[in-house]
Amino acid sequence: MEGNQINFNKYFKKFNIFSISFVIISIFLLFFKGLNYGVDFKGGTLIELRATDDQITISQLRQSFLNMNLGDVSVKEFGKNNDFLIKFEKKESNNSNLIGEIKQDLTKSIGPGFNFRRVENVGPKVSAELLKSGIMAIALALVSMLLYIWIRFEWQFSLGAFFALFHDVILTLGVFSLFSFEINLSIVAAVLTIVGYSMNDTVVIFDRVRENLRKFSDIKIFDLTNTSINETLSRTIITSVTTLLALVSIYIFGGEILKGFSFAMILGVIFGTYSSIYIANPVLILLNVTQKTILKEDKN
Amino acid sequence: MLYFSKIKIIFIVIFTIILTYLTSSNFFKFDDNFVAKKIKLGLDLQGGSYLLLEVDNQPVIVQRLQNKLSSLRKYFKNENINFSNLKIENNEIISFKLQDQFVEKFTSMLEDKNSSLNPYYSTFNRHEFDFEVNDNEFNLKYSKYGLIELKESSLNQALEIVRRRIDEVGTNEPNILRRGSDRILVELPGLDDPMRIKSLLGKTANLTFRFIIQSEEPSFGSEKLVFEDGSEEVIVSKRIILSGDNLIDARPGMDNQNNETIVSFSLDRAGAKRFGKATSSGIGKRLAIVLDGKIISAPVIRDAIIGGSGQISGDFTFQSATDLALLLRSGALPAPLNIIEERTVGPDLGQDSIDAGILALIIGFFLVIFFMLFKYRVFGLIANTALIINLFLLVGVLTLFEATLTLPGIAGIILTVGMAVDANVLIFERIKEEIKIEKSNIIAFDNGYNRSKTAILDANITTLISAIILFFFGSGPVKGFSITLGVGIFTTLFSVYFIARLLTSLYVIKNKNKERLI
Repeated sequence: MEGNQINFNKYFKKFNIFSISFVIISIFLLFFKGLNYGVDFKGGTLIELRATDDQITISQLRQSFLNMNLGDVSVKEFGKNNDFLIKFEKKESNNSNLIGEIKQDLTKSIGPGFNFRRVENVGPKVSAELLKSGIMAIALALVSMLLYIWIRFEWQFSLGAFFALFHDVILTLGVFSLFSFEINLSIVAAVLTIVGYSMNDTVVIFDRVRENLRKFSDIKIFDLTNTSINETLSRTIITSVTTLLALVSIYIFGGEILKGFSFAMILGVIFGTYSSIYIANPVLILLNVTQKTILKEDKN
Repeated sequence: MLYFSKIKIIFIVIFTIILTYLTSSNFFKFDDNFVAKKIKLGLDLQGGSYLLLEVDNQPVIVQRLQNKLSSLRKYFKNENINFSNLKIENNEIISFKLQDQFVEKFTSMLEDKNSSLNPYYSTFNRHEFDFEVNDNEFNLKYSKYGLIELKESSLNQALEIVRRRIDEVGTNEPNILRRGSDRILVELPGLDDPMRIKSLLGKTANLTFRFIIQSEEPSFGSEKLVFEDGSEEVIVSKRIILSGDNLIDARPGMDNQNNETIVSFSLDRAGAKRFGKATSSGIGKRLAIVLDGKIISAPVIRDAIIGGSGQISGDFTFQSATDLALLLRSGALPAPLNIIEERTVGPDLGQDSIDAGILALIIGFFLVIFFMLFKYRVFGLIANTALIINLFLLVGVLTLFEATLTLPGIAGIILTVGMAVDANVLIFERIKEEIKIEKSNIIAFDNGYNRSKTAILDANITTLISAIILFFFGSGPVKGFSITLGVGIFTTLFSVYFIARLLTSLYVIKNKNKERLI
């Protein structure tokens, strides 16, 4: 036990109020504002268009698409100046030549100076299935982590880890809701990876808490978790930094398609690091974990 | 933990060399069958089309019920059973009434395992149809297993036809797979405009030759059909003279007399015979050529056609004649297919994604490497060596299994780079702690490795759980991510515990008396 420790736990009550209010705000956002689902989950059509003709403007494109009677069309700039992302929910579902017709109409109105770089068309049945399986996957991941930690540690630990994960997932989705960032399949992948990463972080601290609980019977859990956090702190920081370096590199250089994914991951790594310290460990304190808790486990 | 036997070292070196060799086979060409393997690029990187088709079984069910209805009628007639009210309700139930004295006999016939009217599937222990009897009224409905059997057979047929049609078009290495009970997944690498394939797959290609009847209103046994160009509406007999099944070949061609594009076809023997008979007795009548419920053309028969071949004309361009011939050659789909999901990536976007992904990988890699060098000096060098070998191992394993690399997959590799150093960081930090309480460097390092083991294992297993869940729930590109993430965990553990540890052990044993080793 060294003297020059940072007293993390001194602030845990204040930070908990912070965390809880952010989680509540996020849940509010998710309920009342909702998420901005992409075509993967909402169904519809997405076209990534590159204009090779510099004269083509976004308003021209918007007007051309509005004239095609495709329903609610959104046209946005995407990455470079001459790339555009067009999205709409198609009304009738059984026209296998829709894209061909759009191409023809567009050539008539703005000339041939464009090409479709990417076309995604997801039917309502498939998008509903994808959404369902995405939610199932995240729920399954949370539950498997809960079980894994329960098996490896004790239920108090697994509850702490679960709250931390829940916090990370809800907050990440909350930020996406707040800024109306698009939720697509790769965001689900990011959220699942966040679950894995945040768990990773929590497990390392828990492992140390358990080790210290075995060593010291006379230290209160309040100080013990604080010591454990301090002992693993440099590792926590270094790993977060290297992971963030990799992620920032994907965010900046990895192209438009990976932007949402890497952004979600960056949020997740920050939230995950925070929650391991200020959510997972306070739960151990609140549940008053003692040496007895884990000695019982050792006997088994 | 610091001791390595010679055999172990040799094994580690050989293993690393093999996988590195495999990795390099992606970049250089070797004259060697073992490394003919290559990582496949996903459709999002090489460009191409992904189509998910769903078989619409409703028409098949209706068709089968109608067939069942006629077999029942025939059966009743043959057995002299009096029946009434034989009909199909809601496109799903066959209902009819029998006179009381036949009820018992017919019930036992339906329950008979050798019944031809209600086939018994011994694999499921069930009949094709479930039925209920109220007094003397019968209701027959497809049983759960009857429907499974029906879907299974129409999916298998559809798969075969889809395969034939795509093969005829001649695209590059298409991938055609069944998905679930009624879906077909088609992957067409390198195809940036799937319009033609989509229109070919969107047609059932049900071809029939039927006589046009001179009357105003359709009666029993005839129906009103429209010409494809919408020009005319005529009454066509339901009696089929020829169907697509009788065709053995179909080719696009030119009619020499009027320079029109046509499709010429030849018939099998039974078809030729029937066609000859029908045309010789029907001279002067119009014969409608009906494709998917629309009339392509309806020429007047001038002569009996007995040679077993003929031609279809009808305002074709050369392209549409080629496509029709192709559809006729490959046969009719048992049921209509709907395209329920389509994802197409053009080759230039694919290349851009590869470039961006590799750039991000290189930059991320160097950022991590410099950070580790700055933080740990000599041990940073060791961790970095392990990291580089880890990358080779990861790509090597992916090559060995010929895994598909997608854009999120590249992101997974970059993320592995960031997270892979975690294990070494855990070990090094632990060693730092141990060195404070332990005099001997060797014991401190040994303890450091030992005492960080559980944390590293738990931390990696949790990530592995996420990767496995993603693998089962994700599709396409996301699946690629879960593969690289999951494989990355194993190669990371290998590179940390064998390569980095080996290098550490060599260094520590050499410098065991040095102060402040780490």
